[in-house]
Amino acid sequence: MNIGTLLNALPGACAQGLIWGIMAIGVYLTYRILDLADLTVDGTMCTGGAVCIMMMLNGHSVWLSLLVAFLAGMLAGMVTGLLHTFLGIPAILAGILTQLGLYSVNLRILGNKANQAINVDKYNLLISLRYIKNVAFYKNSILIVAVVTIILIAVLYWFFGTELGCSIRATGANAGMSKAQGINTDFNKVLGLMISNGIVAFASALYAQYQGFADVNAGRGAIVIGLAAVIIGQVVFGWIHANFACKLLFVSFGAIIYYLVLQVVMWFGLNTNDLKLISALVVAAFLAIPHLKEKYFGKKIKKGGESRA
Amino acid sequence: MSHVLDLIGLKKTFNAGTVNEKTALDGLNLHLQEGDFVTVIGGNGAGKSTMLNAIAGTWFVDEGSIRIDDIDVTRLSEHKRAKYLGRVFQDPMTGTAASMQIEENLALAARRGARRTLKIGITNKERAFYKEQLQILDLGLENRLTTGVGLLSGGQRQALTLLMATLQKPRLLLLDEHTAALDPKTAAKVLDATDRIVKKDNLTTIMITHNMKDAIAHGNRLVMMHEGRIIYDVSGEEKKKLTVADLLHKFEEVSGGEFANDRMILS
Repeated sequence: MNIGTLLNALPGACAQGLIWGIMAIGVYLTYRILDLADLTVDGTMCTGGAVCIMMMLNGHSVWLSLLVAFLAGMLAGMVTGLLHTFLGIPAILAGILTQLGLYSVNLRILGNKANQAINVDKYNLLISLRYIKNVAFYKNSILIVAVVTIILIAVLYWFFGTELGCSIRATGANAGMSKAQGINTDFNKVLGLMISNGIVAFASALYAQYQGFADVNAGRGAIVIGLAAVIIGQVVFGWIHANFACKLLFVSFGAIIYYLVLQVVMWFGLNTNDLKLISALVVAAFLAIPHLKEKYFGKKIKKGGESRA
Repeated sequence: MSHVLDLIGLKKTFNAGTVNEKTALDGLNLHLQEGDFVTVIGGNGAGKSTMLNAIAGTWFVDEGSIRIDDIDVTRLSEHKRAKYLGRVFQDPMTGTAASMQIEENLALAARRGARRTLKIGITNKERAFYKEQLQILDLGLENRLTTGVGLLSGGQRQALTLLMATLQKPRLLLLDEHTAALDPKTAAKVLDATDRIVKKDNLTTIMITHNMKDAIAHGNRLVMMHEGRIIYDVSGEEKKKLTVADLLHKFEEVSGGEFANDRMILS
């Protein structure tokens, strides 16, 4: 166990964490704001990369490819949203159905192959694991993804402060009240799922470029990593009284912490095949903490009682 | 004179065809004039809340039609109907979004019936207006615009919901036992605020209550419901002369002498 190996791997872990942080921000929007567990992301986390890589292999620019990847994700989100609202299928099941269907769609996009590689020397990629060390700082993938993350957070901060954005937050917070205030909650749920999956597909497109290939299994367990980032961010930084933009930033930090910890665990010589099991256990533990805290150690948190009327 | 609200032959059966089948509305008729403030009483399962939910569009009725200002809204979805209606619910948690701030809740309500655009959600001009409006409630909320609603007491939340329901003047205000979950002192305060707001904007109002005294003391008209229909409708001078004893007597008459409703406060 050479500490040098670990240090060497940390910048890569950072870049991966940042990319998955973008994905986790997408998960945050459904899980925390809309109060839906959306499993579509396991599919869209592949779709975005597949679309982006195939478009670039066909000679399109990286920017157009990223845009179309984003739109493809939105489309997937719309399918889940309509299954849920228009056809009345429970959200979690709607997500699973879309995700399953996407597996075939993703294979089609990839030309019926399990993966498609793209050569960083031949194509003008925005980011790559080759651009982590020994490149001009403005080409450094960590910097680029960090800038993208900040722009994304700024846009979301603006959007969720608008009339429409506020009404989406209200939909997740109290659907009954939202309807009484004339808010079309079905429309908002679909819109929220579209934005969320668009962001996830965008992250997927970045991830495929970073790795140099799109893989049909890229999204397996993505929801767990996304949730892990959301929850780690909340546990580590939750005590800070922060506005919405900072909360999104904490989600990104959560993803980075997740990948740094993963890197350390791997450095200790753990079998990479066991990673998914460990991820699942870690997320289960973090999800259980608030519940156990309340059950065994807690003063109950009162949400406005008659006593203070 | 045209009516603000017409309920014509409303019928609604829940769980039709099962052992739990329950006819909640059974040919209900009600017509409200501009400025009517109707209090509604009746035993459990009389159809009081069901009537309000039918008007609000929580679900569609099986038969009959609902008209607001002579516009047929019978098949209009709940969120589209909301532009005509202000609603306050029995449960203080129902009418507000706990995870959002007081001013955010008000801003959502101020846009009832309007298209939600990409314009900023709350302007500074609005904040000043909200402050002014919150002062009317006299609960000290005017200096806590950015407080999370989840931190407020039940009474404060109900008062806030009332303000939200009337911020954008509704054609019809629906109050569904909105003081039932509050302690007597707070309930009196919220009722007081209700009277002031209704009077100020001359709002057409339906208020369900299980307190007969309140039903007599408030509004210009009183209706009693039983088994999904209105069985007693009194207004004007006649209503002013009503006593709790009169109502009890009336109630016993229609329910076949069997008066076993523990939710009616007899005092």
